[in-house]
Amino acid sequence: MKAFTQLDGLVVAVDRANVDTDAIIPKQFLKSIKRTGFGDFLFDEWRYHDHGEPGMDCSNRPRRTEFALNQPRYQGATILLGRENFGCGSSREHAVWALEEYGIRCMIAPSFADIFFSNSFKSGLLPIPLAAEIVDRLFREVEATPGYRLRVDLAAQTVTTPGGETFRFEVDPFRKECLLNGWDDIGLTLRHADEIRAYETRRQHDTPWLFA
Amino acid sequence: MAGKTLYDKLWDAHVVRTDPDGTTLLYIDRHLVHEVTSPQAFEGLKLTGRQPWRRESMVAMADHNTPTDPGFTTIADPVSRLQVETLDANARDLKLRYFPIGDQRRGIVHVVGPEQGATLPGMTIVCGDSHTSTHGAFAALAFGIGTSEVEHVMATQCLIQKKAKSMLVRVDGQLGPGVTAKDIILAIIGKIGTAGGTGYAIEFGGSAIQALSMEGRMTICNMAIEAGARAGMVAADDKTIEYVKGRPSAPQGALWERAAAAWRELHSDADATFDQVVTLDAAVIQPQVTWGTSPEMVTSVDGAVPDPSREADPVKRQSMEQALRYMGLQPNTPMTQIKLDRVFIGSCTNGRIEDLRAAAAVIKGRKVASSLKQALVVPGSGLVKQQAEAEGLDKVFTAAGFEWREQGCSMCLAMNADRLLAGEHCASTSNRNFEGRQGVGGRTHLVSPAMAAAAALAGHFVDVRRF
Repeated sequence: MKAFTQLDGLVVAVDRANVDTDAIIPKQFLKSIKRTGFGDFLFDEWRYHDHGEPGMDCSNRPRRTEFALNQPRYQGATILLGRENFGCGSSREHAVWALEEYGIRCMIAPSFADIFFSNSFKSGLLPIPLAAEIVDRLFREVEATPGYRLRVDLAAQTVTTPGGETFRFEVDPFRKECLLNGWDDIGLTLRHADEIRAYETRRQHDTPWLFA
Repeated sequence: MAGKTLYDKLWDAHVVRTDPDGTTLLYIDRHLVHEVTSPQAFEGLKLTGRQPWRRESMVAMADHNTPTDPGFTTIADPVSRLQVETLDANARDLKLRYFPIGDQRRGIVHVVGPEQGATLPGMTIVCGDSHTSTHGAFAALAFGIGTSEVEHVMATQCLIQKKAKSMLVRVDGQLGPGVTAKDIILAIIGKIGTAGGTGYAIEFGGSAIQALSMEGRMTICNMAIEAGARAGMVAADDKTIEYVKGRPSAPQGALWERAAAAWRELHSDADATFDQVVTLDAAVIQPQVTWGTSPEMVTSVDGAVPDPSREADPVKRQSMEQALRYMGLQPNTPMTQIKLDRVFIGSCTNGRIEDLRAAAAVIKGRKVASSLKQALVVPGSGLVKQQAEAEGLDKVFTAAGFEWREQGCSMCLAMNADRLLAGEHCASTSNRNFEGRQGVGGRTHLVSPAMAAAAALAGHFVDVRRF
C-alpha cells in the first residue's frame, strides 16, 4: 500500500449529499477481474453523456461540462470535497480504486459510509470527516477561488487552508500508523498467528459445531 | 454491571486480541464469496504465496452476473463470463465448497447461506457484499467488507475491527393487514435516514419484529446497510432455531442439542443498555413506496411526492430537487399516479419463498396491466424456485403475464442482461433506488412484494390493502 504522510493538493468539490458507490463506479465496471482500469470511469454517468463500458477509450467521449471533474479549474485535483454520507451503498472497493487511479488521495466530508471509509485506508486514501459547518465553508471557499488548495498533514492530523487556518481531524491511531508507513495489514495480522490458533483451539472446544 | 447486548455477546465471543486503543482482531466463522468482489482477493493470495487460513469456512457461488433466462447454458457477455469462470477456477484450485451454475442450490449468496445452514446463530459472517447484514436475522454478527478485507479474511480468518456503537430499533405493536417487513424497514430508514445508523450495529427488537417470520427478519436486516449500519441483527428465538434445524450444514444429534441451548442465550440481557434507542409503532406503518434516489426518500402509498420548496435545509433541498429531476416527478404528485414500465420481484431483500407467496396471493387469477413492458419474477435461489414450482406459484405468475426466471441478483443491480432503459419507472422489491442502479437512467421505486404485485396488475402504484 502507498504511504500517506502529507499532501498539498488541488481541491475538487462534488456538491451532493449521499454520493453512493454505484455513482462513483457503475456496476458494468465491476465485471473486471483486475484492480486497475477504473480511473477513466470514475463517476461515469455524471461525467459522460454516453454509456460507458469496460475497456472503452474515454478520450473522445462526450463530457458533461457542468460536472466538476470535467471543469478545467479542477484538473489535477488530489483532494475531493464532498457532502454527508459520502460513499454509501455497495461495499465495492472498486469505488476506492477508481478514485485512487484518477488521482484522488484524500476525501473531506461531514461523514462517510462505514464500508467505504474502511476500504479507503486499504488503498492509501485518507478520508477526513470534518464538521458540516467547516465543510460548508470550504465549499464556499473552493467555489470562490479557482486553484484552491488544501494542505493535509496526517502525522499532525491537520487540514490547512490557503489563508493559514488549520482544522484538526480525528483518525484511528492504528489506521494512521498503517497509512503513514504504507503497511500491509495482512502481514501485521499474521504476526498474531499463534493467538489466532489458540483462539481456534478454545472455540473448537466450546462451540464444536462451528468447526464441523 | 449492566447486562450485555446481543452485539456485545457476539463481539466478545469472537475477540482474538484487543490492543489498548480498542483495535481488535475479530475471528470470522463464515466467509461467503461471490464472483464480483473476490477475483482481486484470490489474486492477492496467489501473488503473496498465501493459502486460505480455513478453506472450510468459505462457501462460494456466482450470483451477480448470472443470466436468468430459463434454461440458459452460457453467459453471452464475455466479460461477465470471464468473471464467473475465474470464480470457477479459484474454487476448483482451492477446493472450496462451491455451487456452480447448473447446481440447484446456487443462488443469491444471502439467500443460499441460511437455506443451507451455512448461516448459523452466534456466527460472525462476512462477504464482499454490503447486504451481508441479512444474516444478522439469525442472531449472527454479519457485515459486508471490501475486497482487501476479503483477502484479509481468506489469509488470516480475522478482521481488524473497532467495536461499533449499539442502537436498538424497537418496533412494537401489530402490523396492519397488507403491511410487511419491507414496509417496516423502509419506514425505519425514512425515520432515521440513510446515515442514521452509520457507526452503529443495529439490533431490531420489539413485538412486531418477534412476530415476523425468519424471511421477514432477513428482509429487515438486509436493509440495515441502507440505514447506514454495517450490521443489523435480531435475537434468536424458537423460530430461529426451528428454521435452522435439519438444514444441510446445521449441527445434528447431540451437537444440535448443545448448539440450540447455546443459541437460546443470543439475545440482549434485560438490563442491557444501548447507545441509542429508536422506537416505532407498527400499527401506524403504512405500505411504503420510495419516490427518490435514496432509500430514505420514502413515503406511504397514500402519500405524495414531497415539495422541495418546503424543505428548510439547503443541502437536503438540493438533493430532493436533484432526485425529482432524475425521477421525472413533480412535487405533490400522489404516489398512486406514478405509472410503471416494469416490475421486478426478487433480490436478496425479497427473493425468498414467502415473498413469492405474498406476491402470488395478490396476483392469482388476474392479469398484468397491458401498459407494462415487463414484469419479472426472479427467485433468490434454485431451491426457492423449486419450492415455488412445487406449490404452483410459477403458474400463477406466468398465467398473469409475469416472466418466470432462473435465480440470481438480476435487475436489483443490472449486472446481467436484466435492466431498465432510461426514463423507465420500475416497482422493485430490491433495496436500492440509486441513480442508474437498475440501468442507466432507470427510475426505481422500492416496495414490498405484495405492493409490487398489485402495481403490476394496475400499471401504477395502488394501495394493496384496497386492492
